[in-house]
Amino acid sequence: MKRIFFLLAVASILAATAAQAANISLLNVSYDPTRELYQQINRAFADQQKAKGDTVTISNSHGGSGSQARSVIDGLQADVVTLALAADIDAIARNGKLLPADWQKRLPQNSSPYTSTVVFLVRKGNPKQIKDWGDLVKPGLQVITPNPKTSGGARWSYLAAWDWAAKQPGGNAQKAKDFVARLYKQVPVLDSGARAATVNFTKRGLGDVLLSWEDEAHLSMKEMGGGAYQIVYPSRSILAEPPVAIVDRIVDRKKTRAVAEAYLRFLYTPQAQEIVARNYFRPRDPAVLAKYGKQFPTLPLATIDKDFGGWAKAQATHFANGGVFDQIYQPGR
Amino acid sequence: MSKRVTKPTEDPLWLKLTLGAVALAFVAVVLVLPLVLVFKEALAGGVDAFFNAMTEPDTLASVKLSLLAAAIAVPLNTVFGIAAAWAIAKFDFRGKTFLVTLIDLPFSVSPVVAGLVYVLIFGNHGWFGSTLADHDIRILFALPGIVLATIFVTFPFVARELIPLMVDQGRDEEEAAATLGASGFRTFLMVTLPNIKWGLLYGILLCNARALGEFGAVSVLSGKIRGETNTMPLHIQLLYDNYDYVGAFAVAALLAMLGLLTLAIKSFLEWRYADELAASHRH
Repeated sequence: MKRIFFLLAVASILAATAAQAANISLLNVSYDPTRELYQQINRAFADQQKAKGDTVTISNSHGGSGSQARSVIDGLQADVVTLALAADIDAIARNGKLLPADWQKRLPQNSSPYTSTVVFLVRKGNPKQIKDWGDLVKPGLQVITPNPKTSGGARWSYLAAWDWAAKQPGGNAQKAKDFVARLYKQVPVLDSGARAATVNFTKRGLGDVLLSWEDEAHLSMKEMGGGAYQIVYPSRSILAEPPVAIVDRIVDRKKTRAVAEAYLRFLYTPQAQEIVARNYFRPRDPAVLAKYGKQFPTLPLATIDKDFGGWAKAQATHFANGGVFDQIYQPGR
Repeated sequence: MSKRVTKPTEDPLWLKLTLGAVALAFVAVVLVLPLVLVFKEALAGGVDAFFNAMTEPDTLASVKLSLLAAAIAVPLNTVFGIAAAWAIAKFDFRGKTFLVTLIDLPFSVSPVVAGLVYVLIFGNHGWFGSTLADHDIRILFALPGIVLATIFVTFPFVARELIPLMVDQGRDEEEAAATLGASGFRTFLMVTLPNIKWGLLYGILLCNARALGEFGAVSVLSGKIRGETNTMPLHIQLLYDNYDYVGAFAVAALLAMLGLLTLAIKSFLEWRYADELAASHRH
């Protein structure tokens, strides 16, 4: 009799763990403009896993890339992080020791399954005739862009402006610094994240031009409707690579490594790349990119590694406390 | 008819009318208009859109989470509030003033500061962070953190409502009960509680309204996981940022309705038990 009880107990424990193994939940901690993208990706991935017999539920959290990284360091249980730039995941590796320092080498293409770039969003008909970076410093023009200290998109925008100025005939670092200094004098308010800046420009009608992620600009044109805005591509911009990574310490403790890895690899599949392109992120898959080529004009793009010596250096030079941004930006002047 | 003489204690008619109009306009612009706009925006896409937005799973989850957090925080703060008020009003002890000041702390400290303090204590790099992580206990970015933050900001409501009332009532009745041989608990149940029940009710209603509406402290501790740790106020912001204006204002309307319901219950009870209420004020 006792033995039967014992066997029953063992069987029920086994059954419970087996049921648990097929019921997995992941948390994806992401940045601001990916809300719509990951809602669709999560559904597609869950369907794919369902076909294999596993029930996977993926939750998402969104916010400014820098503050999201901070939350993960403080203990937000992210199985995967999908942030706006490598420096923020570097911070999790450095300050939180939650994943190895060489995390960016683990997945193809700098661990960035999609890219984007910085564009100008202007009001319909481009009344202020804004065509290129140089036009942004015209007297009286108001430029909307979030705070590079907290927003990933804003850091890409700042670097794109810097790069343009440095590449002009006779351009150098000093001239680039002068240009971004003049540019940020035209910024009336620095929001903390990309989405807040977009809402300020569209819903509240603030400013003449929004420096925006390409995907965010397309999305707001779609959401606000009526053709009230148009996108202007400058003569050159920057290749923005928003990277993804599994958070080792957390997936190992939650025993979700296999699913988390599958989730990130799924982002590189043609199916996910289609979703990526439909949400106006630039897909890495050449076939998908060709199919959606019309919505992604080619333009010369600076890269963080070639033109700025990598994120570690760019972050320290430009955005750290006392860095170039702190030297050039004085509120209210 | 003799000419109407203005009494020295009475203001002229034009002044009364102007003051009344100013007060009314102020209330209309500051209180009524925003409330009307919330409901108007919520119904901007039609009644169907409103109900679709309300039954969205993530929205339902946020409503459930807010109600759950309030359901835990309010009873705890009620028990605490009664205990504190009882101790302060009926007994003398050293450090009493200090305790009263301490109870007021959440009123004067910004909720964001409160949130950050809990991050410092329970965060991965905080005092207990590594111990908690080793035992797989989640406080931050989970229900316990949200409840803690809610308890912190709603801490004073019940106590603050009861202390002046109980001090006012003095301790004569309790002392009488004690001389007649009633136990402490029996005295509380039969003598003190009936005397304070109105104050207690207001305290609980206010505490509940604030618990449902808290944004700052909870936003620091929530992690903003959609459908899991997003409370109603946080969910409103999320929907608004997602360009889902109907959804955002639908949840806002529900939150406003819960607040109005609180006021309605309070008014109804006041009306229903008007006589008893008047009697208890004579104490």
